[in-house]
Order: sequence, then C-alpha cells, then structure tokens
Amino acid sequence: MQHPHEIALLLARWQFAFTIGVHIVFPAFSIGLAVYLAVLEGIWLKTKQQVYLTLYRYWVKAFSLVFGMGVVSGVVMAYEFGTNWSGFSMKAGPITGVLLSYEVLTAFFLEAGFLGIMLFGMNKVGKKLHYVATCTVALGTLISATWILSSNSWMQTPQGYKIDPVTGRFLPEDWLAIIFNPSFPYRLVHMGLSAFLSVAFAVGAVGAWHLLKSKKTEQSDNHPARVMFSMALWMITFVAPLQLIVGDMHGLNTLKYQPAKIAALEGDWETESRAPEILFGIPDMKEERTKYAIKIPYAGSLILTHSLDGKVPGLKDFPANERAPSPVVFFSFRIMVALGCLMILVGFGSLWLRWRKKLFKSSFFLKLVLCMAPAGFVAMLCGWVTTEVGRQPWTVYGQLRTADSASPVLASSLTFSLILFVIIYCFVFGTGFVFLLRMLRVSPETPNNQDGKVRIGMQPHKVDSSK
Amino acid sequence: MHDLSYWLPLVWAAIVVFAISTYVVLDGFDLGVGMLFAIEKTPNHRNIMVNTIAPVWDGNETWMVLGGAVLFGVFPGGYSTLLPAFYIPITVMLLSLIFRGVSFEYRSLAHTDSQKKFWNSVFWIGSAIATFCQGAILGGYVQGISVTNGVFSGHALDWLSPFSILCGLSVMCGYALLGATWLVWRTSDELEEKSRNWAKLLSVAMFLCIVAVSAWTPFLQAPYLRRWIVWPNIIFVSPVPVLVLVTGIVMWRSLQKGGVKSPFFCAIIWFLLSLLGLAITIWPYAVPPSLKIWDIASPVSSQIFELVGTAFLIPITLAYTLYSYHIFRGKVTKSDGYH
Ligand code: HDD
Ligand code: HEM
Ligand code: HEM
Repeated sequence: MQHPHEIALLLARWQFAFTIGVHIVFPAFSIGLAVYLAVLEGIWLKTKQQVYLTLYRYWVKAFSLVFGMGVVSGVVMAYEFGTNWSGFSMKAGPITGVLLSYEVLTAFFLEAGFLGIMLFGMNKVGKKLHYVATCTVALGTLISATWILSSNSWMQTPQGYKIDPVTGRFLPEDWLAIIFNPSFPYRLVHMGLSAFLSVAFAVGAVGAWHLLKSKKTEQSDNHPARVMFSMALWMITFVAPLQLIVGDMHGLNTLKYQPAKIAALEGDWETESRAPEILFGIPDMKEERTKYAIKIPYAGSLILTHSLDGKVPGLKDFPANERAPSPVVFFSFRIMVALGCLMILVGFGSLWLRWRKKLFKSSFFLKLVLCMAPAGFVAMLCGWVTTEVGRQPWTVYGQLRTADSASPVLASSLTFSLILFVIIYCFVFGTGFVFLLRMLRVSPETPNNQDGKVRIGMQPHKVDSSK
Repeated sequence: MHDLSYWLPLVWAAIVVFAISTYVVLDGFDLGVGMLFAIEKTPNHRNIMVNTIAPVWDGNETWMVLGGAVLFGVFPGGYSTLLPAFYIPITVMLLSLIFRGVSFEYRSLAHTDSQKKFWNSVFWIGSAIATFCQGAILGGYVQGISVTNGVFSGHALDWLSPFSILCGLSVMCGYALLGATWLVWRTSDELEEKSRNWAKLLSVAMFLCIVAVSAWTPFLQAPYLRRWIVWPNIIFVSPVPVLVLVTGIVMWRSLQKGGVKSPFFCAIIWFLLSLLGLAITIWPYAVPPSLKIWDIASPVSSQIFELVGTAFLIPITLAYTLYSYHIFRGKVTKSDGYH
C-alpha cells in the first residue's frame, strides 16, 4: 500500500510531465518557425522574389496557430510551479522565480507586443517595420528559451547560492554564477538546435508531400515546395552533425556534474575503466544489472572520456535512494541518439542527391523525409525525458528532493485536475493539430488571395459588408 | 530605522498591485468582449468584436503571467500558499483560458457551420468561466486562508462561499462593462449603439455589485471593519466611496450624451478604485489573515536583482505596448485594413 502522499506526488509528477511535454512541442515549433519566417521575409525583401513571400504567407498562418497553442499551454506552466510544487517554489523561488520573471519581462512581452504587428500589421506599418516585427518575435522566442533553460540548468547543476540554515531556502549569492551555471551553455545550444531540427523536418516533410503530389499529377514543378524542401534539407545537413557534436560535449559535462545520471542512461552498474558501451539491454533496478546487454568493448570509455581507459561511473556507486530509474532514461536516450544519427544520414543523402541532381526526383527520399516529419519532436521529447527523469530523485540536483517539492494538495484534487488536463489537452490540441494538417494540405502554389496587393499575415475574419 | 528588508517588500507590493491592476483592466476588457458574444449573435458584429481585440489579447494576458512570476520570485511565501489554496479554481481558470485562447484561431479556421458555432460558444463560455474563477479567487482571498507554519493547511473547497460567488459574479459584470465600453470606443454604427445600451445596463449592475461587496467585506474579518470605521482612518478612506459615486455619474452621463472614449476610462477608474478599496482593507496582509508582506518575501538579494531589471524593463514594455495599441487605433469597421 502506498502512502497517500506518495500517490499525490506521483499524480503531481505525471501532471507536470504531461503538461510540460505538450507545451514544449509548441515552443520548439515557434522558435524554429519564427527564425525561418524571419529568414524568408529577409530574403524576400532583398531579392524581391515572389516565391519567398509565398512561403512566408504559407507558414505564417501555421505559426499563428502554433504560437497561440504555445501561449495558452505556457500560461499553465507558469502557475503549475505553485499549484503542484509549492515546496519547490517556497525554497527555490528566490532563484527560479526571479529567472522566470526576467523571462516574462524580456521575452513574453516582446513576443506578444510585436506578434500583433507581425500577424495583422503589414498594411499599417510598411515592409521594413513589419520585418523588424518578425525579427523581434523570433528574437523573443530565443530570449525566452535562454531564461527558462538557464533556470532548468540551474536545477540540474546548481551553484551560486547558500542554503538558509533556518528556513532551508536557497539564498542567491552570485547571480552570474546562477545564470551561467555549468550545464547551461550546452543545454541552450542543444535545445536551440533541436528546435531548428524539429522545424526543418516538419517543413521538409510538408515540402516532400507536395512534391510527391505534384509528381503524381505532373501538372507543375511546384516551385515553392521545392524551395522549402531544399531549404529544410540544407538546414538538416549542417545542423544534424553539429547536434551530435554538441550532444557529445553535453554528455561530458553531465558526466562531470551528474555522474549518477550518466550511469543510469548508460545502464552501467559497476564503475569501470575501459568500460564497454551497452548498445541494447534491459536495465533492472532490482537485480542491479542490465540484462541481455549487447556491448561494444571500450566504446563506453571512448565516448564518455574520449580515451580507451577512462573511468566510467556505475549505479552501484550511489545509494539506492539516489538512483534515477535507469530503464526509462536508457531507452529515451537511445531513441534520441538513434534519431540524431538517422538525421545525419538524411543530411548526407540529400547532399548526394543534390550532386546527382535528383533531390526533387527520388521518390524514396521524398517518402523518407515525409516519414521523418515527427523525428525532431520525438528526439527532443526523448532528450527531455532523459534529462528530467535522469535528475530524479532530485528537483534541485543533490539539494532538494522531489518528494519535498510537492504541494499540500489532496490526491483527489490532483486526480480531478490530471483527468481534466488529459481530456482537454487531447481535445483542444488534437483539434489544433487537425487544423494544422488541413492548412498544410493546401499546396503553397494555390493563389491564396494573390490580388496584386501585398498582404502579409493572417487574414482573420472576413467581415461581410452585405451582412 | 528600517533597513532594506523592510522597504523592498513595500516597493514590490506596489509593483504587484500595479501589475494586477494593469492585468485586470487590459484582460478585463478582452474577456468582457468575449462574454458579450453570448448576447451578440450577428456574425458580422462578432467578427468586428474579435478584430478589436485580436492584436492585443496575448499581450494583455502576459500581465497575468508577470503577476504570477513576480509572486514566485519575490513573494514565494505567497505564491506557495495561495496557489495550493486555490488549486481548483486556478486549474479551471487556466483550462478556460486555454479554450478561449485557441478559439480566436479555431473559429476562423473551422470549416463547417456547426464547428464555427461550437468555437464561438466556447469563446464566450471560456471567457465567462475564466472571469468567474478570477472573481471567486479574489473573494476567497479576501475571506482569508488557513496557513500553518507557512504552508497552506485548509481544505480544497475553503474558497467556495456565498461571498466568493458574489465576487465571481461581480467581476463578470465588471469585465463585461469594460468590454462594452471598449466596444463603444472601438466600433461604430449599430454595434456602437448596442454596446452603449449594454454598457448602461452593466454599469447599473456593476454599481450594485460594488455596493454589495463593499458592504459585506468589512464583516469578513474584524480588522477589516476597523480599517473603515475607526477615527481617524475614516478621513483617509472616505474619498474612495465618494469617488466611486462621482465616476459612476460621469460615466452614466457620458453614455447618455454619446461619449466615445470616456465611458471606457470611467469604467477603468471604477476598477482601480475597487482595487484600491480592497488594498486598504487588507493592508498590510499579503495572505490574510496571517501573513504580512514581509513574511512572504524573498531574500534581499533576489528582490534587488529582480528590481534592477524590472525598473528598467517595465517602462520599455509599456512603451512598445502603447505603440502597438497606437498602430491598431481607430474604429474597427467593415472596410478595415487587416481583413
Ligand atoms: C526552450 C524553450 C521553452 C521551454 C523549455 C519552456 N518554454 Fe514556455 N514558451 C516558450 C519557450 C519555452 C516560447 C517559445 O517563448 C513560447 C512558446 C510559444 C509561445 O507562444 O512562446 C512559450 C510560451 C510560454 C508562456 C506564455 C507566454 C505569453 O503569454 O506570451 C508561458 C507563461 C510559459 N511559456 C511558461 C513556461 C514555463 C513555466 C516553462 C517551464 C516549466 C516553460 N514555459 C518551458
Ligand atoms: C546525435 C546525438 C545526440 C547526442 C550524443 C545527444 C546527447 C544528449 C545528452 C547526453 C543529453 C542529456 C544531458 C543531460 O541531461 O545532462 C541530451 C539531452 C537532450 N537532447 Fe540530445 N543528443 C543527441 C541528439 C539529439 C537530437 C537529434 C535532438 C532533437 C532534435 C536532441 C534533443 C535533446 C533535448 C531537447 C535534450 C534535453 C535538454 C538538454 O538537456 O539539453 N538530442 N542529449
Ligand atoms: C521543456 C521540456 C521539458 C520536458 C519535456 C520536461 C519533462 C519533465 C518530466 C518528464 C518530469 C517528471 C520527472 C519525474 O517526475 O520522473 C519533469 C519534472 C520537472 N521539471 Fe521538467 N521538463 C521540461 C522542462 C523543464 C523546465 C524548463 C523546468 C524549469 C525551469 C522544469 C522543471 C521541472 C520541475 C520543477 C519538475 C518537477 C519536479 C521533478 O519531478 O523533479 N522542466 N519534467
């Protein structure tokens, strides 16, 4: 029988994981897409080629929808720290709350203030200023990511504070050390690239779909779809390998500051020099070993320490109540890395096809890219699961346990809210997803309100003058 | 002599009050416009109504996020007791805001008439429930919250009472009034006339609500009553009800005489006065009846670090927010630019 508090804790964790897991998909989309839109509008202003404006118009509608979903799901997050983690907010609020406030002041207001102009303002402000608005929104999403990732990284690798002996609260001492904590740069770059990759795969897949359709009907070469497909694949070609390098550096950093997490995600139980890399296996927390392991000799040490006989930690070094659940992170980590490697292959594939002048012709490749539409998002979510579950049982690593972070809220209230969240999120964001697919099913070639007049942005509601 | 740990929370309390007031006024009018969907059925009018708020609602809601974040960073003792105390109404409010927020997009993306109808209804129902929850939270807050050793120790439904329900309904009235007067300003012809009539009705209702809530509040906690009737407090506080009355008369007359902007600003003043009245009542408690603002504050280093940025960034934020309102100024009519 579990203690009622433990049930409440479990429910609170599930609710948080569910709501943030849904939320993060939208920011990743918004960050990548906002930057893409700024690039498109910039090229259009410079070259005056119609196709870039067409693409801008096409994607800005999707952006408006996705951004809206990001905002409403994000507002929930800002309050959940208090509703579900009041122990955490009480103790760590003096640090994470301050960082969140800076995020609101420097990013959320900026995004919201210029979003209206970006979506509705082209006829009111002129091209240049409109471009400034687009860039400002893109910048806002990046600033937002910076603060929230700093906050999250501080929870992973805390520093720059003292603990108040009376209240147990974190007393900030050195704000620069807090903001630029050891894992922050790696996490920021890794997450930023994962947003770009997610959007590159989404855009590439939409392009591939329209190219496949045009091939079937043979009516046009669908120039806009070609441009978006090609742009997306350039992005993948360069960014996917970069992500591997950054991920590797991130791992080294984690080995230094959170060795227990590395042990859990590698499924290693004994500390070893010349450690093998376990490619596949099933970690068993009770038996304290990884079953059915398929190993590559020396590779573990090589990857994690960049030398053949480097020392790699094992889970048995840590007391049982300080071990993260290895099975979860073992698999989430492997899915992420596998997808990352697949992405690199796709990038190389596109280079080869470009050289053979078959990029838009190979049905196999177009279908492959189409199938990989969700790859970026899936890898990103797996990455977050690795990071967050790997931090367990701590909320602030080594300092504040998750069990001490929870709110004094009844399990019944939490059950009520968790059920509501799941039902409503599935309905609302499911509907949004259907709208998004419908929007993207329309070919970018269709002359949507191309009446010669430049109109950028969403065309919200036709106000019918006949009534 | 008082030191920083005395003065900083005072400064921050002022900033929080400022953020909340700004939120109430700004999101108040767009939630109000949402609720007025319930009585305005003409599709054309509905579209105009949404178009008056589409470019600005996201920014308006951000003030609520700011309020939450500042509480989290500067008054964690308040954030971590109030939010669990209002777990249910906050969750319901957030979910309603989700529904309402997405219906801006969904109602224009819907393909069939029944879908359109559905998302239009969601828009006003979501606005109405979110507003009611905000009022009920306010009511529950004024009523008082059980706290033991700095942790919420009450029951999940403590907030629910006749008083908090009255507050919920009052805030609905008030936001609808803000919405109606906003529409008087920003629309024309038939819709403007309709809005004027709604505003008249709602101003009477709102006035009754203010009277009812003001009459009830002092009896919730003994110190509240003392604040209002004890000599010499009464000299300082009596202008508030007088100003409420004067503002009401000005608003009514300007609604009669065809004033365009003034009804909206009078409604804003009404809200600000009501909030001021509440602040006077509760002062200096942050979590009535036990925690004062100093009890819930962050360490000084957090307060200072956040203050430096806030002092600098809020004016900038206000500047570009005003600029954005300025770009979308003027009456929204059928032939307007961004359709
Ligand atoms: C890597 C980036 C990232 C991460 C990890 C998070 N967010 Fe987020 N969030 C954004 C990036 C973002 C964004 C890009 O800035 C959004 C997404 C779409 C949008 O509208 O802005 C946003 C929206 C958004 C909003 C609405 C802003 C508005 O009103 O305009 C809030 C309140 C939050 N988020 C709060 C949170 C909290 C409390 C998080 C942690 C638990 C969180 N977000 C994780
Ligand atoms: C290609 C090889 C990759 C490697 C070696 C790698 C490595 C890592 C490591 C070690 C972590 C955990 C860090 C920690 O918790 O301390 C991590 C987290 C993460 N990964 Fe990867 N990764 C790779 C690919 C990807 C890809 C392709 C994506 C998404 C498109 C991605 C997205 C993420 C995210 C979002 C996180 C969580 C945030 C963070 O801690 O940075 N990763 N990655
Ligand atoms: C954006 C992508 C993120 C994802 C997908 C994610 C995922 C998760 C998951 C799965 C958990 C539950 C872990 C468990 O209980 O086993 C969790 C917990 C938590 N995360 Fe994250 N997280 C993300 C970002 C963040 C950020 C940016 C913050 C803070 C700034 C944060 C703060 C927390 C807190 C406070 C908890 C609850 C306490 C805990 O269980 O440790 N998370 N998250």
